[in-house]
Amino acid sequence: MNNVCAIAKRELSAYFSTPLAYVFIVIFLALAGATTFYFGGFFQRGQADLQSFFSFHPWLYLFLIPAVGMRLWAEERKSGTIELLMTLPVSTTQAVLGKFVAAWIFAGIAIALTFPIWITVNYLGSPDNGVIVAGYVASFLMAGAFLAIGSFMSALTRNQVIAFVITAAACFLFMMSGLEPVQSAFRGWASPFVVDLVASLSFLTHFDAITQGVFDLRDFVYLASVIGVFLFANVVIVDLKKGS
Amino acid sequence: MSTMLDIQGLTKKFGPFTAVDDVSFKVENGEVLGFLGPNGAGKSTTMKMVTGFLPPTSGTAVVCGADVTRDPIAVKRHIGYLPEGAPMYEDMTPAGLLSFIAEVRGLKGPARREAIDVAVGRLQLDEVYNQQIGTLSKGFKRRVGLAQAILHDPDVLILDEPTDGLDPNQKHQVRELIGQMAKDKAIVISTHLLEEVDAVCTRAVVIARGRMVADGTPADLERKSVYYNAVSVRLHPDHVDNLKSALDGIGDIERIEVATSRSDGAHVIVVARNGATIIETVNARINDRGISVEQLYVERGRLDDVFRQITADSAGGRA
Repeated sequence: MNNVCAIAKRELSAYFSTPLAYVFIVIFLALAGATTFYFGGFFQRGQADLQSFFSFHPWLYLFLIPAVGMRLWAEERKSGTIELLMTLPVSTTQAVLGKFVAAWIFAGIAIALTFPIWITVNYLGSPDNGVIVAGYVASFLMAGAFLAIGSFMSALTRNQVIAFVITAAACFLFMMSGLEPVQSAFRGWASPFVVDLVASLSFLTHFDAITQGVFDLRDFVYLASVIGVFLFANVVIVDLKKGS
Repeated sequence: MSTMLDIQGLTKKFGPFTAVDDVSFKVENGEVLGFLGPNGAGKSTTMKMVTGFLPPTSGTAVVCGADVTRDPIAVKRHIGYLPEGAPMYEDMTPAGLLSFIAEVRGLKGPARREAIDVAVGRLQLDEVYNQQIGTLSKGFKRRVGLAQAILHDPDVLILDEPTDGLDPNQKHQVRELIGQMAKDKAIVISTHLLEEVDAVCTRAVVIARGRMVADGTPADLERKSVYYNAVSVRLHPDHVDNLKSALDGIGDIERIEVATSRSDGAHVIVVARNGATIIETVNARINDRGISVEQLYVERGRLDDVFRQITADSAGGRA
């Protein structure tokens, strides 16, 4: 636990020691605002909820979160510091967790900084704050799922740009798997069971369900287990590839 | 004396390529072991296995009683390690880096502050303590790497080319530091600089193509040189032939090498057969003939020569 904390602290301070953190937060907040008000029609809808705010999060995450995750392992391998890190008395699991937690806290800070929109909607009307909290939790979990994928992809390569691109592609597939283009690609040859399975892997379906106020524990469990699976794979890959 | 590091049949294969082939040796407390070999001989790979970074294909290393294949975390606790090229988190400061390492090493409160103070003092990092590591000179970066390795006062110190890329003053400092710390530690340094072996090491292990080709004190190695116990004679070029004929018929002489230069006169090296002691005989013959010489001394043997000889031999054997 102590080691996870130490590594997370170091990683988090590494984010803030480069302009990346500030650029990321500013762009995220600007885009979150713009999508909510212009594309989401926050005022025009005339409803006291944050539907128009949350529904764009997956799309923002699609290209912003890979930028947070891409450096996690690729940079360590490129600069050779992975040898420094992995010869300290820490296990691979602790290192993977520490790095992931740091990236997740960083994403959490960015999400938390959107609080003015929550104040605004409470000022203008009386929304169901329970649904909004659930929305924030879902958004945070989804950022975590994207980051777990990003961390995993980052361990596969020493090139950060490649890590970014394949993470974005993988996240896109995960998001789209419930939608028609992906479904029809499977429907031609796969059994209905497989088609349903692929559909059930969709981030969007689970995420939308939560943000619309439909509480189903399975949606939370789904996002949490994506994180778990990819972090486990991450540990395996780091052990396999650290020396190369 | 007790064995701090025990390497047993360590082997690493990358596909069909054997990088390290059945390397075994022990390092006792108080020893400074020079790990020598040409580039690509497997020095770094061996060190990476000992420090638990790479899993060995077979064999193991036991560090202070802990087996690296069974309990790598315990091994890592006992070891301070400077990886090749001293990779560092360039966007951190030495202050941040050392406190991170201290935290992971389990140093807390006053103990942490003291450990950092000692390491910073030993490597004279005060003036750059709060500068980004990426902006530091190569010498300072290397010193930050060393500070990080000695921070927890480890029992075993493994330094992969610690003086590579440093200027002569910095090399001297690092060697002094190694000398100071040697008393209560086992230290392994890899290098391809032979002067370093002479300067700091109590023992040298030479590997070539992944295999151990020599293990002994620097003096043992020198003894393997063809020039060990050779007699060097400097004299006027006109006397060379006279000298040669004077030395005729001494059974322990392998051959006589002559190098002439206009400024220095002639330099004759009388190479002894199998390192036999020939100085007395040679000296007597010279005196008998009354040949005037400017300089006469016994060669100690040349490390670089031994190094070339044994590493080239094994290369030939493999091909």
